[in-house]
Amino acid sequence: MHMLTIDNLHARVEGKEILKGLSLTVKPGEVHAIMGPNGAGKSTLANVLSGRDGYEVTEGSVNFDGRDLLALEPEERAAVGMFLAFQYPVEIPGVNNTYFLRAALNAQRKFRGEEELDSMRFLKLVREKLKVMQISDDLLHRAVNEGFSGGEKKRNEIFQMAVLEPKLAILDETDSGLDIDALKQVAEGVNALRSPDRSFLIVTHYQRLLDYIEPDFVHVLAGGRIVESGDKSLALKLEEQGYAWLADTHPELRKADLAGAPA
Amino acid sequence: MNESENMTRDVAAPVRDNAEVVEALNRRYEAGFVTDIESDSLPPGLSEDIVRQLSAIKGEPEWMLEWRLAAYRHWLTMPEPDWAKLDIAPIDYQSVSYYSAPKAGPKSLAEVDPKLLETYEKLGVPLHERARLAGVAVDAVFDSVSVGTTFRKELAEAGVIFCSMSEAIREHGDLVRQYLGSVVPTGDNYFAALNSAVFSDGSFVFIPKGVRCPMELSTYFRINAINTGQFERTLIVVEDDAYVSYLEGCTAPMRDENQLHAAVVELIALERAQIKYSTVQNWYPGDENGVGGIYNFVTKRGDCRGADSKISWTQVETGSAITWKYPSCVLRGDRSVGEFYSVALTHHRQQADTGTKMIHIGKGTKSKIVAKGISAGRSSNSYRGLVKIEKGADGARNYTQCDSLLIGKKCGAHTFPYMEVKNPSAIVEHEATTSKISDDQLFYCLSRGIGEEDAVSMIVDGFCKQVFRELPMEFAVEAKKLLEVSLEGAVG
Repeated sequence: MHMLTIDNLHARVEGKEILKGLSLTVKPGEVHAIMGPNGAGKSTLANVLSGRDGYEVTEGSVNFDGRDLLALEPEERAAVGMFLAFQYPVEIPGVNNTYFLRAALNAQRKFRGEEELDSMRFLKLVREKLKVMQISDDLLHRAVNEGFSGGEKKRNEIFQMAVLEPKLAILDETDSGLDIDALKQVAEGVNALRSPDRSFLIVTHYQRLLDYIEPDFVHVLAGGRIVESGDKSLALKLEEQGYAWLADTHPELRKADLAGAPA
Repeated sequence: MNESENMTRDVAAPVRDNAEVVEALNRRYEAGFVTDIESDSLPPGLSEDIVRQLSAIKGEPEWMLEWRLAAYRHWLTMPEPDWAKLDIAPIDYQSVSYYSAPKAGPKSLAEVDPKLLETYEKLGVPLHERARLAGVAVDAVFDSVSVGTTFRKELAEAGVIFCSMSEAIREHGDLVRQYLGSVVPTGDNYFAALNSAVFSDGSFVFIPKGVRCPMELSTYFRINAINTGQFERTLIVVEDDAYVSYLEGCTAPMRDENQLHAAVVELIALERAQIKYSTVQNWYPGDENGVGGIYNFVTKRGDCRGADSKISWTQVETGSAITWKYPSCVLRGDRSVGEFYSVALTHHRQQADTGTKMIHIGKGTKSKIVAKGISAGRSSNSYRGLVKIEKGADGARNYTQCDSLLIGKKCGAHTFPYMEVKNPSAIVEHEATTSKISDDQLFYCLSRGIGEEDAVSMIVDGFCKQVFRELPMEFAVEAKKLLEVSLEGAVG
């Protein structure tokens, strides 16, 4: 049984085709890293999967846990177990972080026909997750991401993930803008959430995140497709050699497709 | 005013069009029912004769009639104001009836027509036992007359006077005469002059020295009769070291005609006195094409007459076709404090030009303004504020924050903050932001499983939090619900 099966996915943004026949299979419990030069379509992939407006799928299919993912609204995708950790988490002034998270969890539970959690039970859940995530109480009392440091925002994303307990978590450049200590904290949070029935899709530009979150598979996304797949050693090769060498084995890739250097 | 001292910002909403947004903005107006009740009205039209009849119906003393007539004569000489950013069809003041009262005027709460009580019950006004439970004393004004004031005995024991204005003029003439028009003079502005001439009722509050009013006082205004203007007058006097919290709510039935509401509210705070005045205004706003709705032209002003006094205005405005309203504070006493917290929501074709004036006269006076405007549909929402620091106001301070939130691309938000500073030791700060409910914010909520409607009301609620915090608890809940209903399906 596959968690996620992407087959020949084509997607356009503002009329421009970005994904050009992307295929990828993820099994439960697996951690996949998606790397690639700038403009390869990494963030587009994350946005298409989570159902953001403005990303038009023109061909292909995505099956998520037995469902046609592309037929679902974004909030339904969340409810059936998909989670996107944002590259730039959004501030929502005046909306309490805990209140937001409880509304999210209960909306998802309601969709799944589960009982909604009252404040007491929710708070108990939050306390448990806080311990695992090593996040301070203070974060709970503030407005969603408002005035958070870069590291706090990313940790808050992982904290939300911990509470919402998705089946598939997509991390969109979660490492960007983090210093090494913040990076380690975020990675620890993610590692604590790894489990045999939870999969991860880690979209990243840099190999360094993979020093802390060890992937089962590494894929190179270039020119709108997965052009190379391997294990962790592929990430190290990219770190050392960049992407240019891919042109040897993939003559269809133009120079511009490989322009962005990984480090 | 010196043009160079004005700062004006006009912002058109930069949001991409969303047909569903426009469509979904169809608002339910739950207070839009008409009560079938017999009423006595004066024939439409305005003249000295009408003013005399009105005064006679109310059994007013001679001085009151003279006061009204002077105001009327002054009004005749005044042009209608046109400086606000409002597009108003000409108002025919001769087609309005200036007095409407339910037939068989009530003498006590027990005699109030059950239909009327039913109306208030539908509206959730806590009259009768409900008042007792809620702990709020209510004066309800139905069309032109005050129909019953609850909790009178309890208040009287504390020395508090809370009654209809008509009664106050008869029973507490000296007090009324001393203070009426002392904050908003009869000739202050066009609508205040009109109100002074024809006001038919309203509420009077007097809190004697050192008394902390034992409960929140509340007035509920409802316009019911067709073609009727409502011109109520509220006067609140709080003596030294006394305190009152006053709530005001308003509704009206759905009618195709525009109805006129021109109220005057005067607040007087003596030494160390504090007045907290909260409004939830939900007059009928008209339909999505701008047909019908209340014209709300209101003059509200508080006078911090004594040293160390404080007046705080909090308003949540979601109704009316047109709102023209600037609750203000005259900070006369040294170290007196004025506050203005406002949420104004407009949509469809609603127009609001609202804000405040803070006039710093005393030394060390402080004022704070937090104004939140939310525009949707084809509405226009303007903040207009004046901060004036007079020469003698050493060390005066003002902080102003104006935030606009736009939903859809056909609405407009405008900010007109005026500042006049005549004392160099004063500190005046102004911050303004304009934002839209961004696609990013919305998508962030969606991606967490929160549906669009809930996301929008959550974002709007967060945007208003600073103001809601200032409202008494029950009002805050009501205000939040009101915004939710108003924005039902705002983004779809």
